[in-house]
Amino acid sequence: MRKLPPLMLWLLPAASGLLFVALWYVIRSTSGLQSWILPTPAEIVAAAWKERAALAAAAGQTAVGALAGFLLAGALGFLMAVALGVSRALRASLYPWLLVLQMTPVIVLTPIIVLWAGPGLPGIVTITWLISFFPIVANTTQGLLSTDMNLVALFRMCNASRGQEMRLLRVPAALPYYLAGLRIAATLAPIGAIFGEYMVGNAAGGTGGLGFLVYRYNTQIKIPALFATALTSCLLGFIFVAAVAWLNRALLYKWHDSFERHDH
Amino acid sequence: MAADAPIVKFSSLQKRYGGGPVILENISLSVAAGDFITFIGPSGCGKSTILKLVSGLSPWTQGELAVAGLKPRQARDRQAFIFQDATLLPWLTAQQNAELPLRLRGRPAAERAARARAMLELVGLGQVGSYFPRQLSGGMKMRVSIARALTLSPQLLLLDEPFGALDEMTRNRLNEELLALRAASPFTAMFVTHSVSEAVFLSNRIVVMAGGPGRVHAEVGVDFGYPRRPELRERAEFQAKVNEVSRRLHEVEEPVVA
Repeated sequence: MRKLPPLMLWLLPAASGLLFVALWYVIRSTSGLQSWILPTPAEIVAAAWKERAALAAAAGQTAVGALAGFLLAGALGFLMAVALGVSRALRASLYPWLLVLQMTPVIVLTPIIVLWAGPGLPGIVTITWLISFFPIVANTTQGLLSTDMNLVALFRMCNASRGQEMRLLRVPAALPYYLAGLRIAATLAPIGAIFGEYMVGNAAGGTGGLGFLVYRYNTQIKIPALFATALTSCLLGFIFVAAVAWLNRALLYKWHDSFERHDH
Repeated sequence: MAADAPIVKFSSLQKRYGGGPVILENISLSVAAGDFITFIGPSGCGKSTILKLVSGLSPWTQGELAVAGLKPRQARDRQAFIFQDATLLPWLTAQQNAELPLRLRGRPAAERAARARAMLELVGLGQVGSYFPRQLSGGMKMRVSIARALTLSPQLLLLDEPFGALDEMTRNRLNEELLALRAASPFTAMFVTHSVSEAVFLSNRIVVMAGGPGRVHAEVGVDFGYPRRPELRERAEFQAKVNEVSRRLHEVEEPVVA
């Protein structure tokens, strides 16, 4: 594939974004839709500015829940993947149930989670963890099991122990897969936290967070503010994804083919 | 060990995967210490399987196989394996890759660093220890792989088409370097290749194998002695030996349907 010049990587999305905003204005002015059904981008920005204190406080609170759930999923997901990677029997016994857990809609589990973990932050973290756990486990397990067979043979030839094989070969080889799992989880964690706040935060009597703002703006029919909340959620998601992208680069840049340099 | 005791001995060996086809049938062969023995034959004749059996990576079904008088797995300390591709860990530097076998054996850091550095220097890579495999050419990667194998001072080196993916010039040079390394620290070599001229240049014995099931078709001795100079390739007797091996190889290759 031919590489795009770096400038184009900025110009193209900017251009398509502008086109999208223009289309938005065209639809608004030709359809006769009112502001409270389809606000203009300018009205959304104005609402965001007006509600900036509430949005910032809520985003901060959501970030805490999302980060806690994400880190928990990152740690437990890794441990679970190693367990699945070590033993065929464990994989056979656990993987179908992990799938079942993943298939169960979180919305069904929410009342149970509130009942068990309690409303507020513990429930929100549990929901975030639940939603971002599986992609990490699935990706990392895949990575641990797709190690180059010749490298495995090399370790066996050197009489390496199972522990050495896991620690020095399979885990580093699975690192790009783990990071890919984290990247998916990074997009899911803020969504999970906001969903949790919407469901559980409300049950707690409304402790805040973007999810609770959604609930509040919706009941108050503040539609531009609702769009502004969506925008803020996007921003939070981007920060999560950018953090994982940074980690990915820091850990893989030196050796992985995805960062092929052309100066050699 | 007496010089004439075989380092590897196959007796009526058979290898078969599960209930599947027989891969190797009735292999009886002795490899003497100091031999450079090359296995050549059509694809699927089981020549790579022979190396896997010797390294203890794969079990056999009938007959006997002894490495230095031991079961293959028990003799792993005496052998090293070089794969078709360099098989380096991409997240480790050349130096760390060369250290790996010593690290897996729990040798102290200082000892293994010194040993790996010495071996990298021996293969002409003293300057690139801090490079990652991605930054090295195919030939350099293969040199790191050779250095890694030599850190263990193996009695027996198993090489499974190590230079098959390289261009001819690099391959010829690495052939010469391999013989030089062997002169410096003697090891017995079991080598698998598709290249007849490579086999003739390196070996004192060439085993021509036939496929379906894999078996020994003929053995050709190469008595040029060592050391061997690159000019050997231009001599008439070299060409005659290449022709002889090619002829034996043609006897076992599937006839091409016109």
